[in-house]
Amino acid sequence: MKEETRAVNQAIETIDHPLDIKRPSMWRDIVRDRWLYLMLVPGVLYFLIFKYGPMWGLVIAFQDYKPYFGVLNSEWVGFAHFIRFFSEDQFWILFRNTAMLALYNLTFAFPAPIILALMMNEVRVALFKRTVQTLVYVPHFVSWVVVVGIFYMLLTTEGGIINELIVMMGGEKIPFLLSSDWFRPLITMQTIWKEAGWGTIIYLAALAGVDPQLYEAARIDGAGRWRQMWHITLPGIRSTIVILLILRMGDFLDTSFEQVFLMLNTMNRDVGEVFDTYVYTRGMTQAQYSYSAAVGMFKSVFGLVLVLGANWLAKKFGEEGIY
Amino acid sequence: MVQDRSFASRLFDVVNYTLLALFAMITVLPFIYVIAVSFATPEEVARRGFILFPTEFSLSAYKYIFSTNTLTRSLIISIYVTVVGTIINLICTSLMAYPLSKRHLRMRSGLLLMVLFTMLFSGGMIPTYFVVKAVGLTNTLWALMIPNAISAFNLIVLKNFFQQLPEGVEESAKIDGANDLTVLTRIVIPLSLPAMATLSLFYAVGHWNTFFSAILYINDPTKWPLQVMLREIVIMNQDNFGYSNEIDPTEFHPITIRMAVIVFATVPILLVYPFLQKHFAKGALLGSVKG
Repeated sequence: MKEETRAVNQAIETIDHPLDIKRPSMWRDIVRDRWLYLMLVPGVLYFLIFKYGPMWGLVIAFQDYKPYFGVLNSEWVGFAHFIRFFSEDQFWILFRNTAMLALYNLTFAFPAPIILALMMNEVRVALFKRTVQTLVYVPHFVSWVVVVGIFYMLLTTEGGIINELIVMMGGEKIPFLLSSDWFRPLITMQTIWKEAGWGTIIYLAALAGVDPQLYEAARIDGAGRWRQMWHITLPGIRSTIVILLILRMGDFLDTSFEQVFLMLNTMNRDVGEVFDTYVYTRGMTQAQYSYSAAVGMFKSVFGLVLVLGANWLAKKFGEEGIY
Repeated sequence: MVQDRSFASRLFDVVNYTLLALFAMITVLPFIYVIAVSFATPEEVARRGFILFPTEFSLSAYKYIFSTNTLTRSLIISIYVTVVGTIINLICTSLMAYPLSKRHLRMRSGLLLMVLFTMLFSGGMIPTYFVVKAVGLTNTLWALMIPNAISAFNLIVLKNFFQQLPEGVEESAKIDGANDLTVLTRIVIPLSLPAMATLSLFYAVGHWNTFFSAILYINDPTKWPLQVMLREIVIMNQDNFGYSNEIDPTEFHPITIRMAVIVFATVPILLVYPFLQKHFAKGALLGSVKG
């Protein structure tokens, strides 16, 4: 009797837990998903070579790298390049220029799409709204070379339309493109012109998600359009604004490098030179590989700290954050 | 919806519509100006500064820029890089996004972390240059395509898109004996055409506008894409690039030529824009899905 029960129990157990489910082995999973792993190969190789390869390549920042000797045989110098960079006046100039550009963009270019989206949201004529949207998205798809090129053509002192108008009104020509004073405003204007329209998409989507009943209720309570905007619309898109602000913090240091690179010339280099352009000049045109790699590494680490910091801050203030 | 019809509200509307129309004008006017000047005669440009519609229509600037094959060659390079580069992007991105969309895949979270980290930190310009050089891509057009084969952001977007597809169809195909690759190409991608269209648009615009990679990796001017030529001509004022005996030098004005080059580099994008416009508004939002 006892033995019979045991046999039956054993049988039930094997039925309930067939071997492969009872002990799912890693090998079995990999064999089952072999096609999936095969598909991963090109992508993983890509990331290892072109993304993690350069990270490993940052060791040259701690060397006196000579291409002839390669990474393995170049002399190690520790933090010498970093110490040299931090003790130079150039460091503070770059830091100031980068921070000022970022500040200009944060103050003027970041709110621009928010304001534009709020304005579009008040438009009730669908055709008008669609037309404006279609037009203001266009510059996003145009390259920085074209944008800077158009600005050059409009602003040059040699027949540029803006200067012609200034002269026509009795003023004197302004060398916008060669002036340190105009560099930052021009960069900001270009950014707004190119990206403000496109930036509205995400805010308009967030605005569409605001509950219409809230407006209904506010109207019954006698709130005008300004108060509705202030108390309902803006809080409705607050988390979107915060998330985009965090993302913006990440490219605080390298935003629109191409744009700055294209706008730079010998006359505005004192305010226009930023970390990336400096890395390019020192590294690629003057072949100071290790030093420029160190400058680039400082920038990358600083950028990482900024994103994580902004994210931490957002969470601290009760917003969702991105990581 | 009951409309507020007070005076303040109407005033608000008037101001709002005017400002929006103004902003739209500021966006479009530079393009119209550039196109108008590129078709104007040299005399008219010299005579009146501001042209929004040329009284006399002239193709002399375009004749000039096509008088040598410099620009035509860089146009062909740009088209080649855009088409081949986008195909590489789409293949690599979807091949990697599909396995990562399977929650049961071992090492999935590790791989995702590996991808996400590259969005936060990078080796920077100089080490990347050495990697591209070590792989032997410098001075070839591959340098404009392979080092950007996958955008981490687009990869995550596509992975999220795949993840929210219904699993039933895929499973029934697998029961019928299809392997994962067949499922991806025959079922998943056809179901994801809107997402794929948006991704191709973003990748293709990126390739068309590529400029700095070419400066960094390609020394040979005969391999420069259009954007680099554009910079040489418009910003660096190197407009003696094309000079053939068949063209009368008094027939053109440097400004009209530069404008024509800008038009030349912009028009392809403006041409595809209306067709893709309905896709990208949705596409821009694809990325906002968290996961």
